[in-house]
Amino acid sequence: MTSHQQSYISVCPHCRQPITPSDERPSLEVVQADSAPAKPQRNGEPIISFRQVNKWFGKLHVLKDINEDIYPGEVVVIIGPSGSGKSTMLRCINRLETIQSGRLVVDGYEISNPKVNITPVRAEIGMVFQHFHLYPHKTVLENIMLAPMKVRKIPQTEAKSIALELLKKVGIPEKAEAYPAQLSGGQQQRVAIARGLAMRPKIMLFDEPTSALDPEMIKEVLDVMKALAREGMTMVVVTHEMGFAREVADRVLFMDGGSIIERGTPEHFFVNPVEERTKAFLRQIL
Amino acid sequence: MNHQFNWAVLWEYRELLLAGLKITIQLSSISIVICTVLGIILGIMRLAKNALVRLFASAYVEFFVNTPLIIQMFFWYFALPMMLPETLRFWLWSHNYEFIASVIGLSIYTSSFIAEAVRAGIQAIDKGQREAALSTGLSGFQTMWYIILPQAVRIVIPPICNQYLNLIKNSSLAMTIAVPEITFQAQAIESYTFRGFEAFTAATLIYISLTLTVSFLMSRVERWASKGQRAVVA
Ligand SMILES: Nc1ncnc2c1ncn2[C@@H]1O[C@H](COP(=O)(O)OP(=O)(O)O)[C@@H](O)[C@H]1O
Ligand SMILES: [Mg+2]
Repeated sequence: MTSHQQSYISVCPHCRQPITPSDERPSLEVVQADSAPAKPQRNGEPIISFRQVNKWFGKLHVLKDINEDIYPGEVVVIIGPSGSGKSTMLRCINRLETIQSGRLVVDGYEISNPKVNITPVRAEIGMVFQHFHLYPHKTVLENIMLAPMKVRKIPQTEAKSIALELLKKVGIPEKAEAYPAQLSGGQQQRVAIARGLAMRPKIMLFDEPTSALDPEMIKEVLDVMKALAREGMTMVVVTHEMGFAREVADRVLFMDGGSIIERGTPEHFFVNPVEERTKAFLRQIL
Repeated sequence: MNHQFNWAVLWEYRELLLAGLKITIQLSSISIVICTVLGIILGIMRLAKNALVRLFASAYVEFFVNTPLIIQMFFWYFALPMMLPETLRFWLWSHNYEFIASVIGLSIYTSSFIAEAVRAGIQAIDKGQREAALSTGLSGFQTMWYIILPQAVRIVIPPICNQYLNLIKNSSLAMTIAVPEITFQAQAIESYTFRGFEAFTAATLIYISLTLTVSFLMSRVERWASKGQRAVVA
């Protein structure tokens, strides 16, 4: 606890002034006290823990005093207007972005410490991007098999059976030998999910996984994600799909201007949000 | 005006031409291998996280791109040995140093152009590819090797092929430091026979067949490297 307390004292890299915590929930105990009805898993240690995290892009302050704990098995949906810092917050979790102050612990690794090697942490975290980013020069099967073979050193035959099983799970076993360019957007995104799952990760991150899809393909991707949530996967999902949030989220975070403005269960959010900005956003989007 | 062509001299001096062709092929192929390896390494170094590494690579490229090749050849051949211990110097001179110096000159000069092509090729790959690969737990090196370079290859093959053709043509400069390659031999035939037109026509045709062969081979390599890579459906 004392180390947490210490890390609260953070300094703005530009003005050198201490940043005073503005978060309404300064300690772990309070987090648990006012949160949603706890799932059984929530009694353990958080698997992702943001403490007073700040990030700047140059002079642009994109994450402001983020405090958040995510527990194993939780599905957390992040919503908020464009440019509010949702992607950045997500990308900090596997250090695709580095933070300038605060403490960020993921799966027991203090990844806010630049000396901590991020590669083994990334192996435990799958990520799905808005634009899929499948490897165009590799077949669907090769896309899924690469990391298990090269990172986990799993033999090719075993990697292949894992990949085939995952393709069945995402509903496109017949595309194993296809190249990404031969698939529809929805199929590509399902392959991307399979690629993320192939490492048997503890956490899956989704950054607007359906935003680049034609409407008729959104459902097939959301269905895969819902199934994953039901299996107990820890998921952090940035999305504008409010139906998804309502149905599978344990908690919803609303971000605006680099801060988490409001947090709560989907019922809280969609029935009686408190903050004015949340209400305005939900009016726009629903 | 009423020049009498005598193509028979080429047959008479075919041994010289063939010997020259052999040297040109050796010189070019060894240099092509070395300049490709150096160029890829330097191209990647130009994008390194470490600022010192980047600076070194940029300085290398700028230096060798912006000085005449013939000066570089003269430097490696005439100037460098003077900075070496005497025994090493004599050893080099008795071991075909003019050939070694031209390989060094051609390789280093061409590698700086290839480094530029490689840098541009890597930068042309969507940075999402790198992020996706890293996010699965691949190391930076694995990401470069399995994901970025195979895609960049397709982009860089045409400009690298151009550099290979330049290298083959530039290898004629090795005659200035007495490497008996094809241009050197053509000039020798001219001086023995005064049949300059015939001799240099032969050299020209030999260079053209070499460059066309390399172009053809590279187009096959490009086709192989592009397998599966149609534009990704947006
Ligand atoms: N690589 C970057 N360099 C500079 N600014 C960035 C970069 N990425 C994002 N930003 C800025 O940071 C802010 C937050 O971006 P982002 O996290 O992508 O928001 P969201 O995902 O909520 O739309 C935006 O103002 C965006 O323009
Ligand atoms: Mg975003």
